[in-house]
Amino acid sequence: MLKITITIVAVCICIALILNLWRLLKGPTISDRILALDTMYINAIALILLYGIYVESALYFEAALLIAMLGFVSTAALCKYLLRGDIIE
Amino acid sequence: MPFYLEIIICVSLLIGGIFLLIGSYGLARLPDIYMRLHSPTKASTLGITGVLVASMIFQSHLKGFLSIQEFLITLFLLITAPVAANMIAKTALHYRTKPLEKTQNQELMETIRNRETPNQSHDQQ
Amino acid sequence: MKLFPMPFHSLLLFVVWLLLNNSISAGHMVLAVFFAITIPLLVNSMRDEHPKILKPWLAIRYILMVLKDILTANVEVALLIIGPIKKLTPGFVAIPINIDSDLGITILASTVSLTPGTVSAEVSKDKAWLYVHSLHLDDEAELIKSVKQRYEKPIKEIFGC
Repeated sequence: MLKITITIVAVCICIALILNLWRLLKGPTISDRILALDTMYINAIALILLYGIYVESALYFEAALLIAMLGFVSTAALCKYLLRGDIIE
Repeated sequence: MPFYLEIIICVSLLIGGIFLLIGSYGLARLPDIYMRLHSPTKASTLGITGVLVASMIFQSHLKGFLSIQEFLITLFLLITAPVAANMIAKTALHYRTKPLEKTQNQELMETIRNRETPNQSHDQQ
Repeated sequence: MKLFPMPFHSLLLFVVWLLLNNSISAGHMVLAVFFAITIPLLVNSMRDEHPKILKPWLAIRYILMVLKDILTANVEVALLIIGPIKKLTPGFVAIPINIDSDLGITILASTVSLTPGTVSAEVSKDKAWLYVHSLHLDDEAELIKSVKQRYEKPIKEIFGC
C-alpha cells in the first residue's frame, strides 16, 4: 500500500513541478519567475524526501535541508539584486 | 511495518501531495502576481509539512527511535516562507507590476512602493 | 564575563545540534554544550538590542494559536484557489500598527503572511502602517480589526512595547 501511495504522491508532485516550470517559462514578469523558482525548490524537497521513504534511507535528509537553505538564500539574493539594481530604494 | 503506521503515513503523504499540487495549480492559474503569491506561501507550506510528518514517522520506525530531525526543515520553511513572499511582493511593487483590474484600493500601490503613510481618506478607522 | 550571555540562543544551539545529528549520545551532548557556550561568547558583541520576552507562557500560547490558524488558513486558501476565480475580490489594505520594535513588526508581518488570505507587502518608513494584500477582501474594517485584536495585541503584551 505504501508503494502505491508513494507513486500517486510522486505523480502529484511531478505535475506540480511541470506547472511551476510552465509559470517559469511564461512569466510574464520577473517576479513571477522568482516565485516559480521558489515554489519549485519546495516541491523538490518533497520529491527528495519521498525518494528517501521509497528507498528506505535516511541519507536524503541532509540533501533536503541543504536545498531548503540554498533555495531561501537564492530567492532572497535574487530579490535583493532586483531591488537594489535601481538607485531608488 | 504495523498496519496503523502505514495508514498514518499514507494519509499524511496524500494530504501533502494534494496540497503541494493545489499550491502549484494556484500558481499557474491565478491571474496576477499579487494573487499568485498567496498559493505557494500557504498551500505549499502545509503540503511540505505533510510530507515531512510522513517522513518523520517512517524514519522513526526504520531506526527504532524517535527521529524528529525533519522537524528542522518544517521550522525553517515556516520561518522563511513569509520572508520570501514579502521580498517577492516588494520586487513586484518596485517594478510597478499592474494588478488585476478589480483589485480594491489600487491607488494605495504608489504609496506602498514609496513606503509612505496613506492619506487619511484611505484608512477607514 | 557571563558564561551564558544569550541563554535562549544557547538552548536553541544545543537542541538544533542534537537534532542535526539525530542522536542523544554522550559525545554529541558534550559537543552541543561546547557549542552552546562558545558560539554565544564569540558573537555576543555583534548583536543588536532586541526586546526581552516578558511573558513566555503567552508566547507559547501565541505560537500554538498561530499554528492552528495556519492549518485553517491553508484549507481556506486552498478552497479559494480551486474555487471560481471570478468571485475573488483581491485588494490592498493599510493596517495601522503601533509596535515599536523591529522584531515585533517582523513577527507580526510573518504571522499575517501565514494566516488567512493575506500577504504582508511592505511597512511604511515611520513603522506605523503595515500594508497587506488580501486574496479575498470582503470587509476592510473587519480585517483590520481582526489583525489588531488577534495578533497585534498578544505581540505587544509578549514584548511589552
